[in-house]
This record gives sequence, C-alpha cells and structure tokens, in this order.
Amino acid sequence: MTTFDVLRMLLQFALVLALAAPLGGYLARVLGEGRTPFPGVFAPFERALYRACGIDPKRNMDWRSYALAFLALQLVGFLCLYALLRWQGSLPFNPREFADVPAPLAFNTAVSFVTNTNWQAYGGEATLSYASQTVGLTLQNFVSAACGLSVLAALARGLAARGAEQLGNFWVDVTRSTLYVLLPLALLLALALASQGVVQTFGPYVEAQTLEGGQQLIAVGPVASQVAIKQLGTNGGGFFNVNSAHPLENPTPLSNALQLGALLLLPAACCFMFGRMLGDARQGRSLLAAMALLLVPLNLLAISAERGPAPARIAAVADTGVGFMEGKEVRHGPAESATWATWTTAASNGSVNSMHDSASPLGGGVALLLMLLGEVVFGGVGSGLYGMVVFGLLTVFLAGLMVGRTPEYLGKKVQAFEIQMASIAILAPTATALIGIAVAVLTPSIRASLQDRGAHGFSEFLYAFASAANNNGSAFAGLSADTPLLNFALGLSMLIGRYLVAVPVLAIAGSMARKSPVAASVGTFPTHGALFVILLASSVLLVGALSFAPALALGPLVEHLRVR
Amino acid sequence: MSRHLVPALRLLLVFTLLIGGLYPLAVTLAAQLLFPDAAQGSLLRRGEDILGSDLLGQPFSSERYLWPRPSATAPAYDASRSSGSNLGPLSAELASAIEVRAAALRAAHPERTTKPPIELVTSSGSGLDPHVSPQAACWQAARIARARGLQEAEVLALVERYTEGRALGWLGEPRVNVLRFNLALDAPR
Repeated sequence: MTTFDVLRMLLQFALVLALAAPLGGYLARVLGEGRTPFPGVFAPFERALYRACGIDPKRNMDWRSYALAFLALQLVGFLCLYALLRWQGSLPFNPREFADVPAPLAFNTAVSFVTNTNWQAYGGEATLSYASQTVGLTLQNFVSAACGLSVLAALARGLAARGAEQLGNFWVDVTRSTLYVLLPLALLLALALASQGVVQTFGPYVEAQTLEGGQQLIAVGPVASQVAIKQLGTNGGGFFNVNSAHPLENPTPLSNALQLGALLLLPAACCFMFGRMLGDARQGRSLLAAMALLLVPLNLLAISAERGPAPARIAAVADTGVGFMEGKEVRHGPAESATWATWTTAASNGSVNSMHDSASPLGGGVALLLMLLGEVVFGGVGSGLYGMVVFGLLTVFLAGLMVGRTPEYLGKKVQAFEIQMASIAILAPTATALIGIAVAVLTPSIRASLQDRGAHGFSEFLYAFASAANNNGSAFAGLSADTPLLNFALGLSMLIGRYLVAVPVLAIAGSMARKSPVAASVGTFPTHGALFVILLASSVLLVGALSFAPALALGPLVEHLRVR
Repeated sequence: MSRHLVPALRLLLVFTLLIGGLYPLAVTLAAQLLFPDAAQGSLLRRGEDILGSDLLGQPFSSERYLWPRPSATAPAYDASRSSGSNLGPLSAELASAIEVRAAALRAAHPERTTKPPIELVTSSGSGLDPHVSPQAACWQAARIARARGLQEAEVLALVERYTEGRALGWLGEPRVNVLRFNLALDAPR
C-alpha cells in the first residue's frame, strides 16, 4: 500500500461527503418540507399523476397504513416483474430471442430487484431481453430506492413528531423521491457515463472481424441508463454478467470514479437529510461519523491486502509487485478495486468492478464483514440510515442499562416496544444469514454448487447468505447460484432481510411519534458528540463480532493464515 | 392492504411508462446525439468492416503482436459472455494455470531474465480487459521487435507513445490499449 493509494481514497471519500451535504439539504426540503423544485412546472404534473392513480396526497397515514401501502407497492412490483421475466420470450425488444426465464430464477430475480438487493443468479447479456432489463429491472432500481428513502423520511417524521399518530403519505414520498431525486440524478449520471464510452443503444449485438481474423460478437444494449441508477440507488444489478468490471459498463478511470462516488452519495446524503428533518444537524452528523469511523480503517485494510503479498506459488513464477490481479482490470488496478469492494459492501450496493471471489482473503473478508454488520455502514438508500438509527436506539439502551436510567433518543423515552422492534430488525437478517449458511453446508445438493472446497468454499456460502440477508447483492461468483433450491433459499433470505427490518422500523416510527419529548437534564446521554459516535460504532461491531466471529474465522481468516 | 393495491398498481403503471419507457429512451436519444460513437460501443472500423471495439480486448497469439491478458471467457475474449475465472486466491487450479502461462511466456521470450508481470498470467474480471500495463508491454517488446525485424528501442518508443497515464493525474492506473497498439504496429511507418 502506497501513500498515494491512501490519499487517493481519502480524497474520493471527502469529495463524496462534500457533495452529500448539499444534496442532503435538498432531500430534506423535498421530503421533509414538501418544497419541490420548479413547482410551477412539476406541481400540476404531480397532481395529475395522483388523480390518475386514485391517490389522495393530503391523506396523512399512521404507521400501519404507511407500512401496508409500502408492502402493497412491493407486492405489485414483484408480481409484474415476475410475469415480465416469465414471458420475455413472447414480448418485444428481445433481439437475441432469449427464452422465458425459468420460474425459480424469475422468483429469485424479481425478489432481488424489488428488495433493492440485486443479487444476480443469471448472466445479464446472455439471459435477459432489453425489455426485461429496462422495463423490468431499471424500473425496480428506481422504485426500491425510492421506497428506502420514503421509509427513512417516515422514521424522521416519527422521531420529530410530538404526540401525533401520522407519519406522512407513502405515495407522495415515493413519487417525490423518484421524480425529484432519483430521476434527475440518474439522467445526469447516465449522460456523463455515456460520454466516457458506456454503451447506450437498442440496436442488435455487433459482429466484428478481429485483427487476427477471428469473429467477435459484441454484446451491447441500453447500458448507461441502467448503470446510472444501479449505482445511485444502491441497487448494484448490472447490465452485463461481470457488472462494472465490463469495459462497456465502466470503461475509464473517470467512469469508475463517477460510479464509485455515486454509490456512496445518497446513503451519505441521507444522514444530512435526517439531521435537518429533526432540526438538529448534529444528530445526522454523528451517525455519519460513526459510519466513517467503521469504513475508513476497513478500506485501508482492504487496500493493503490487495496490494499483496501474493501466495508463494504465484509469486515464484510471476512479478507480483502490484498486488492481486486475478479478477481485476488493469485500468482499475488493485487499490481502486479494493476501495470499490469496500464501498459497495458498506453501502448495500453490490455492484463490482473486480471479481470478489478472486480477491485476497482479507480483502474478501472486509467485504464480508461490512455486509454482516447489517448494511448500516452507509447501507442502502434510506435503509442504511434507518438501520443505523436502530443501532442508535440499541446504543442508548445499553448506555441506559449501565447507569440505570430510562434511555432516551432525541428527548423521547425508549421503552420496551421500541427495543423489541429494534431487536427484530437487528436479529432477523443475522439469524437468516447464519441459519442459511448452516443449512447450505449441511445439504449435499446445495454443496454441489460450490466451486471450491475447504475454507474458500465456506466463504462462498457465507458471502451468498450475508449478501442476500442484508440486501447487498454482490457475490463470490464461483458459487453456481442458479439452482432451484439456492434461488428459493436466497430469495427468502432477501425478503426477510428487507421487510423484517423496514416494518419494525415503521413500527418504531409510529410509537415514537406518539411520545412527547421530555426536557433534557444532566442525566441525559446526548446522542451527538464523540462519546456517542464511539459507543455506536462499538455496538455495531460488537453485535457483528458476537454473531459472526466463528464464521469469519472459518472462512477468510483460515485462508489468510494459509497465504502467509 | 387491499385498498392500497389499486393505487399501487396504477402508480406502478405510470412509473413503468415514465421510468421503464421514457427514461431509457431519453437517455438513448441524448447519448446517440451527443456521443454517437461511444453510445454504439466505440467501434473501430476499417472500410466496411468492424474490427472490434476500442474498449474491448481481443485475442492475439501471433509473435508479431502485443499479447493481451489471459481471458476466462470460453472461447477467450467472447464479448457476448463476459466472465472472470472466480478462482479463489489459494485455488490450486489457479496456481497451476498461472505456472503454465508463466512457463509459456518465458519460452516465448527467451531474451527476458525477469519474471512476467502478474497481469500477463492472470485473467481479468471481465475476461475482456483491453489493456496491459506499460511494464507488461515493455516486457514483450524484444519479442515483437524480433518477429518484425525492428529495433527493440522502436517498439519501446511506441509503448511510450501509447501509454495512457492516470486520468487527471490521480485516477486509475497507467495502461496500454492492446488493440490500438497492435493497429499502430501494423500501420505503415
């Protein structure tokens, strides 16, 4: 690891935060204060949209109603996407005449994109028609991210309310998140990427005659439009099989930097939005600081691991000075590949610009750990921060236990109901990942999907269930995940990981909304400042370590010891 | 929940039109107008023929050309099925493959006393990596010069000319586009 590697990563991180601050303010204006941009132009359009959909935008929902509306949109989205995939063979925009997607894979893929996971058990350019990619997947890339933002906005309103029942209107939140936040950002990014060479066409695949006289069939498609939102919406489902390692999906260092920044931008902006919606910017900044405190050291560890030393057998025959290069692209190199792997698993994005399965043991281990921590270190758009707030509740609860006081968060008492809901939100993905791995390891027919035996094979399972249960979507792709059993098991893990977190969070929002704040006293534990930040980061690490230390020791750690 | 299903379905339909239809079309139109070449896949043409994409690697095995990295797609550099090997860092299969590739490279480059650079014996993430590092290009220069009856210094000068540095001085890694470099080798000088 060189000083240059470190400075470059820190500068990229600083640039993202510098952009996230004003964007967070904008999010708070749109979602918190209902001050939408150019109301003269867009407000009539928005009203017409609500009328056409039979939505009353003035209706203020309690948490149950909000959660049901959220679930209804997810259910309908799932059914439509499933149907589209099952019938893609008979639908237009299918120049390669791909067949209908088989039921288990269609179930897995539909769940994957609706839950903002974007796990891909298929190779995009060899399985899906242009219609499936744009009308199906790109649409859910927007909607699932907008849903995450909406639930976060509802939580912020619940925490800020004083003795109220209502959390806002889900339909309005989801519409505004899409129209005023995701759509303009995606348009800008898509065009910036197209300028770099990311392909964008509905034309057929191109046949080329290579210089040595061979044939090369070049897959193309509407890539830039999908890549822009897959990065911004922490989706991660790429157009091509190898995602952003593909030169037509991520051709230049500049396109790499844009995509890298985009994947962390909205999760970071959410922190600023949260602080502003609560009328106390310090609350958002302290959550952001805890995230950065966990991210930066892990990022440095990943870079140093990818820079070497290489396994002895390889170093004996090749010059391994630059670091690990299997599964990496020359234009990105080991350091920027490591930073991408860290950010994409910290934010629950899951896109990749290198193959994580071929990463160094500790580099792959960092990616695993960041997912296993529950996707709260930045995490998904909206979902990362609401997950972190749940850990915030746990932190004040633990601190309260130590001094024997009723814990408070933002001046409101945290009581049994909130802690029960927080426990469900934290334990559901954790238990799902652990049980999933155990079942996979013990089932011979699932074990047959492994590419490797021993520690690395175990890591492949661990990675798959960590990725699904925490809605990340990246993979140790040596695992052949497209089997009926794995498609079902991972699909179920994604459902649990999304809804058994989001619904308890809305329940917390509803319960906190009813409470009136009590005045702060000398005994109040402030949820900003260094002490809280350190305690919060420690709580996240502690829960993750207690749950997963044995599993991490069996996989990446054993491998690391064998490299040395 | 049932009373929410109707608005959900309608909203999804509106979004389908707007995001599933209009958004990709708008991006396609704008990209085709503003960056027509890039939007088509940065294709390289010679007369009527398409030689490949400026952004995609292709296989080279002739002594007269700069060689790209190994590719995990089958056949190599199949641009309709991108793939990495996904072999783990301690995989015996990977180590054996690397040993075989390294031995073949040493045999083809008898004038080299140093070990081949790592990227020449490892497959890329996409299997379509269009680049090698400047070091890997220099490492092959003597062999290319021998096959073409050139001075090694001429090939090294061409490597230097075709080396792209870091973007804005700090992003990405220095690299040589193999296809572009080989076209330059073929060009009459």
